[in-house]
Amino acid sequence: MEILIPILAAAVRSGTPILYATLGEIITEKSGVMNLGLEGLMLLGALSGFAVTSATGSPWLGVAAAFVVGAFFSLFHAIVCVSLGGNQVVSGLALTMLGTGVTAILGRNYVGQLISGFSRIPVPFLSDIPVIGPIFFNHDPLVYLSYGLVLFLCWFLWRTKSGLNLRAVGDNPRAADSLGLSVVAIRYVYTMIGGGIVAIGGAYLSVSYSHMWTEGMSAGRGWIAVALVIFAIWNPARAAFGSYLFGGVEACQLRIQAAGTNISAPILLMLPYILTITVLLVISIRKGKGILFGAPASLGTPFYREER
Amino acid sequence: MTEPSTLLVEMRGITKSFQGIKANDQVDLQLKRGEVLALLGENGAGKSTLMNVLSGIYLPDSGTIDIDGKRLSFGSPHDAIAAGIGMVHQHFMLVPSQTVWENMVLGLPELPQVLPKAKIISDIRDISQQYGLDVDPEAIIWQLSIGEQQRVEILKSLYRKAQVLILDEPTAVLTPQEAKNLFHTVKRMTKEGRGVIFISHKLDEVMEISDNVMVLRKGKLVGIVDTKGSSKEKIAEMMVGRRVNLELDKKDIVPGKIVLSLSQANALSDRGLKALNDVSLELREGQILGLAGVAGNGQTELCQVMAGLRKMTSGKLFLNEVEVTDLPPRKLIDSGVRYIPADRKGTGMVSNMDVRENSTLKRYWRSPVAKGMLIDWKAVLKHAMGIVKDFNVDTPSVETPVRNLSGGNIQKLMLGRELSDVPKVLIAMNPTWGLDVAATRFVREQLLEEREKGAAIFLISEDLDELLSLSDRMAVIYRGKIMGMIEDPNTFGIERIGMMMAGTRIEDAGGAI
Repeated sequence: MEILIPILAAAVRSGTPILYATLGEIITEKSGVMNLGLEGLMLLGALSGFAVTSATGSPWLGVAAAFVVGAFFSLFHAIVCVSLGGNQVVSGLALTMLGTGVTAILGRNYVGQLISGFSRIPVPFLSDIPVIGPIFFNHDPLVYLSYGLVLFLCWFLWRTKSGLNLRAVGDNPRAADSLGLSVVAIRYVYTMIGGGIVAIGGAYLSVSYSHMWTEGMSAGRGWIAVALVIFAIWNPARAAFGSYLFGGVEACQLRIQAAGTNISAPILLMLPYILTITVLLVISIRKGKGILFGAPASLGTPFYREER
Repeated sequence: MTEPSTLLVEMRGITKSFQGIKANDQVDLQLKRGEVLALLGENGAGKSTLMNVLSGIYLPDSGTIDIDGKRLSFGSPHDAIAAGIGMVHQHFMLVPSQTVWENMVLGLPELPQVLPKAKIISDIRDISQQYGLDVDPEAIIWQLSIGEQQRVEILKSLYRKAQVLILDEPTAVLTPQEAKNLFHTVKRMTKEGRGVIFISHKLDEVMEISDNVMVLRKGKLVGIVDTKGSSKEKIAEMMVGRRVNLELDKKDIVPGKIVLSLSQANALSDRGLKALNDVSLELREGQILGLAGVAGNGQTELCQVMAGLRKMTSGKLFLNEVEVTDLPPRKLIDSGVRYIPADRKGTGMVSNMDVRENSTLKRYWRSPVAKGMLIDWKAVLKHAMGIVKDFNVDTPSVETPVRNLSGGNIQKLMLGRELSDVPKVLIAMNPTWGLDVAATRFVREQLLEEREKGAAIFLISEDLDELLSLSDRMAVIYRGKIMGMIEDPNTFGIERIGMMMAGTRIEDAGGAI
C-alpha cells in the first residue's frame, strides 16, 4: 500500500489533463459535433496559459486565458461544421494542425522559461483521510476543479433542463427543432465551451504539471482523449476512471524508468498507448455494438431544418 | 366549453417551393373548434409540407396563418407550439435514448433549470388517465412499441396544451385495435373543443373519423367536401384527378412445389437482441405468402435471413430442398432469390451511383455484363435502358444518380432490376410504401404477374389491405414469433388478424379455419 499511494497520486496528476480534454469533448459530442482538434486545442491552451501566467504571475488568469483561446478556436470549428455543414473530421484535423503550428511559432520565446504556476495545496481535513487523502486531496487547485467539473457535468447532463436539451440536440436534432429548440445555437455554445475545457487540459500541462512550455508538449494526449470519450460511453464519471487509468500507467512507466531497468525507454513510453488500445478493444468486444448505441445519434452529421 | 363554430385555424394563400418546385401553391385551410378535418392527397401532393408550415418547421414563401384570430409569425416551431399547435409526425420526433418524461418536457422554456421530476411524472399520469393514453413515464423511448411511442407523441402535444392536433398518417403503424383506441382519443379531444387535422391514405378510416375532407393535388387545393355527403370513390377521384379502378385482377393458380423453406430460425437484431424466435416458413411456386405485423417485430431480420443477408443463431434455410444455410448471398442471387428491401435508398440502391450502375448490381459478375475482369458498359446500358422503358422509370437519363429520383421511380427501377431475370423467389418488403395510387397499382400488378410466372413470393407489408388483396396465405409475426398461419386470409376477419398482430396466438384468436 505504501508504495502504491504515491503511484496512484501520480496517476491522478497525470490523468488530469486527459480528463479535462475528455470532458470537453464529451460536451461537444453530446451536441452532435465531433471535434478532432483536441491535440491542437490542448497545445493552444498550454501555450496561452503559460504566456498569461508568465506575464501576470497569476495561474488562474492563465487558465482563464486558455479557456477563452480554446473557445475562440473552436468557434471556427463550429462555423465550419454547424453553419456551413462542412466535414467535421477534416475541420477537426485542420484545427489540430493549426494549433500545432501556431504554438510552435509563437512559443519559441518561451522555451526554457520557468513559471511558478500552481502549487500543491492539501485540502484541510480531507487530505488527512488515510489512503484516499494522499491520493486525491494532496494536489494543486486545478485537479480539485476537475473533480468538481466531473460532478457538475453528471448533474448537469441528467438533472437539468439545459442538459436535457443538449442531449436531445445530439440524439435527435429534428425532434429538438420541432419543439422549438435552436439546434444551431446549442451546437455553437457547447462546441465552444467544450473546446475551452479541452484547452484547460492543455494549460494544466504547462501551468500545473511542468511549469514550463515545450513544443508539442501535449504528446498525443488529445488523441487519447478522443478514444477515451468512446471508452467512457460519453459519461463524465467513466471518463475520470479512464483518464486515471491512463495516467496510472504513465506514472508507472516513469517510475520504472527512474528506477533504472534494462527495458528500453521507447517501449516503456509506448505502454500507456498500448494499454488504451487494449482497453478499448476489450470494451468494444465485450459491449459489442452496445457501445455505438451510447453515441449521440447525430454525431458528425450537420442539421438542416428544411432538408427533405 | 367553447363555441363549436369558432374558427381555430385559418391559413390563407400558403405557397412554399423547394428548388423551384411548388410543394404548396396558394393553399387555404380552415379548421373549426371540435372539428376533425381529413387532409388527403397522393404522395407529393403537399400535405406534409402544409402541416410543416403550420407547425413552424418550414418557412413559407407567402401566405398568412391565424390561430384563434391571432396572426402567427412564421418559421418558428416555438411560436407555433405557444399558439397551441401540436403535431404528431409520421416519423416520430422523439429522442430514443431519453425517457418518456424527458421527451415530454423537452424544449419547454418555462421549466426551472433543475427539473422537478416528481411533479412532471404526476402531471403526465393525470393527462394519460384523462385521455386513456396508457404509458409508463419512466420508460425509455427505444424500448417502447411503435403504438406506445405514438401515445407519447400525442401526450406530448396535450402536455403542451395543444388546441390543434395534427396527426400525420397515424394509423399506418397501428394494429386495428390500437387505431380504434386512437379514434376514441381523437373524439374525446374534439368534444373538448380542440381541432384535429388528420392525414391518411386509408379512405375507410377517413370516412369514419372526419367531419370534412380537404384534398390536395400537386400542391394545389382541389376542394373541401362534407364527409357525410361524399363517398370513397368520389374522394379517390378528387385525389387522383380521374376515375381509378381500385380492383386488381388476381387469377386462380394452383400452387406448385416448395421452393424456399425456413425451419426453426433464430436470429439477433443489430442491437444484439433476439429478433426471430423459432420461425418456420415455406414459400411455394405461384403463391404469395403475406406477412402481417406491426413494424419492428422482426420483419426486416426475417427478410434478411431468407435472402441470406443475416446469419441465424440457429435454424436452417433450404432452397429447392438443398440446404443453403450460411451460404454467401451471391449464391442465393445466382439461384434466383431476389429481395426488394424496405429501405430503398440505403439497402436497395447505392444512392450516389447512377441508374445504369444500380441496374447492374445483381448481375455485374455474370455474362453478358462481365467480360472476364471487365464490365461491358454497352451491355449495361442496354439492360438499364430496357428497365427504364419496361418499368416506366421517369429519369432524365440513365446517367442520373439514383438519389435524384423520386421514391416511386426508385422503386420501379429496383423492381425492374429484381425482376429482370425471372426470379424463382421474390422477397418484397413494403414494396408500395410511400408510392402514389398509380405506382402502387403498377407494383402490385407486377407482383401478380410474377406469381403467374411461377415465382414464390414473400410479401411483407404494414398495409393490411394490401396483404389481403394480394396474399394466398398469410402469417402474422409478433416479437419475432409467428402467431399462426392463416390459410384463407379474406374470410379470416381483420379483427382476428389484429388480435394476432398484438400477440394473440391463432388458436386463441378463434383458431384456424
